[in-house]
Amino acid sequence: MAVNLLVEKIERKPKVTKLMSSKKLDNIQLLLLALPAIVLVFVFAYVPMAGIVLAFKQFRVSLGVFGSPWVGLKNFEFYFKSADAWRTIRNTLGMNFLMIAVHLVFNIAFALLCFNLRSKHAIKVYQTVTIVPSFLSWVVVGYLVYALLKPAGGIMNQMIELLGGDPVKWYSVPNKWPIILLLTSLWHGVGSGSLFYFASLVTIEKDYFEAASLDGATKWQELRYIILPFLMPLIVILQILAIGNIFRADFGLFFNVTRDSGALYPTTDVIDTYIFRALISLGNIGMSAAVGVFQSIVGFVLILTTNYIVNKIEPDNAFF
Amino acid sequence: MRKRQKPQFFLHSTAILYAIACIIPFLIVIAASLTHPLELSEKGYRLWPLKVDLSAYRTIFENPDTILRSYGVTIIVTLATVLFGLMFMSMAAYALARKNCSFRRPLSFFFFFTMLFSGGLVPTYIWITQFLKLQDTYWVMILPSLINVFHVFMIRTFFQRLPPSLYESAKMDGATEFVIYFKIALPLSLPVLATVAFFNTMGKWNDWSTGLYYLNDASLYPLQYLLYQIQKSIQTLLIAMNFTTTGMGAIPIEDIPGENLLMAMVVVASGPMLIVFPFFQKYFVKGLTLGAVKG
Repeated sequence: MAVNLLVEKIERKPKVTKLMSSKKLDNIQLLLLALPAIVLVFVFAYVPMAGIVLAFKQFRVSLGVFGSPWVGLKNFEFYFKSADAWRTIRNTLGMNFLMIAVHLVFNIAFALLCFNLRSKHAIKVYQTVTIVPSFLSWVVVGYLVYALLKPAGGIMNQMIELLGGDPVKWYSVPNKWPIILLLTSLWHGVGSGSLFYFASLVTIEKDYFEAASLDGATKWQELRYIILPFLMPLIVILQILAIGNIFRADFGLFFNVTRDSGALYPTTDVIDTYIFRALISLGNIGMSAAVGVFQSIVGFVLILTTNYIVNKIEPDNAFF
Repeated sequence: MRKRQKPQFFLHSTAILYAIACIIPFLIVIAASLTHPLELSEKGYRLWPLKVDLSAYRTIFENPDTILRSYGVTIIVTLATVLFGLMFMSMAAYALARKNCSFRRPLSFFFFFTMLFSGGLVPTYIWITQFLKLQDTYWVMILPSLINVFHVFMIRTFFQRLPPSLYESAKMDGATEFVIYFKIALPLSLPVLATVAFFNTMGKWNDWSTGLYYLNDASLYPLQYLLYQIQKSIQTLLIAMNFTTTGMGAIPIEDIPGENLLMAMVVVASGPMLIVFPFFQKYFVKGLTLGAVKG
């Protein structure tokens, strides 16, 4: 209401001050345009930031956020002194590193494969088919993996038995899961992930390849001296962004594909699944908030650091 | 020339193998949905059903209430999120793109900071359930996901790349900022808007975690969370069975929904979208090249 009145008032102002008032008018209109987004971001991103105080309190619903007693760093202590801390941090970092590295290799390999195909039609078909898995939610992926790994009657065990082996109780053997999760995430992500590199590869000037083949360069030399140097900035940026997020695990993958099976926690419990369990199953709000704060702060530092590094290497590609 | 055919053959076979690996799990699930539950539990999963059995689909389509309601919820929530999200995000992006906006820098920082730091799940959960009381409402599925800051910057970058003369001449003609946004910036930005709409549709359609945190009311379950719930309850049932089969009160085997029904649910719930999404693949690719974002 107040703003509407203000707008009317400005519009009625005499011509002499028109220049200044039109600048003001512009700003008011722009502010109005941005207002819904500002309010939403404030309510759903900034207010919860204030909720970080929960990490330092022993939260009781009856006492509320403000009434609950302060406990200092108790919640953090509780987490870091438990065996869970080491396990969840190790799994998060380990699995993320593994996935970043292997995804990189497969993304580029498949992009190169498509790039080297001569039939445009075939490229389109392959890319369309391989991207379909990335349109699936992790819940559905969980079902697909279950059809393969179901202990009695799953495809994998049928194949193992056909070859004379002993069936495996997949959902209770933790040491198999790093590779299962890795394969699942490759299956889900390489189709779309390789498109980044493919989109970049097709922008290489054809002249380079013609000149190289005139000089008798092998495919390997083309890769080594033309393609990789060309892709390098993109590779570096994407990896650094990924490393900036290395402290966050893909909750859906680790939660749904494992069917949240307790027997698998030694290798599949990551920070994000741990926070969820501490909150929903254990109802330990203080500690799960503390783990969340720890994760946010480490993530913040990592992003600032990686961005600093990108700025040094390739300022054009820096995040900010 | 003959020498060159060989590597092509090798490349094609590798790609075809990979493409088959992408499809096989779908075939297994479809085959399972078409298998009689007893056969499925005795013979296990296969690539194709020995005898086609439509009982699972019959069960679903005879009692379509649950899945139809879920489809309804998902469609309403997705449409609302994408439409209002697109509107609010492009409005904010427009303000960020305009050089004459004097609060451009602080506003940019205000949005950007949320990409670097967040309060985390727990404070958000407490805020939404204890203060806003949004649990078990449509709002909780829509409001928090309206603004994706990354997309705001993506749209802003697109607005900035439109020829500046467009804005200037419109200004000269006395157009207000509202008019320039609505009549000039928006219509010229359909590519980026389509890309963002595509990503948001996919994200919201596949959203199951909002349900996990905030929904107890079964009439509000979106499709993906419904699938999660079905899986979870059957898992619980089976665990309970293992405890009870040795003692009294074993659950009769025919009362347990067969896995063919589960898999048929997966097909019915995610099949239609899987057919639709690939047609919009070009927006996915376009998004990659539009992704250049700078704060």
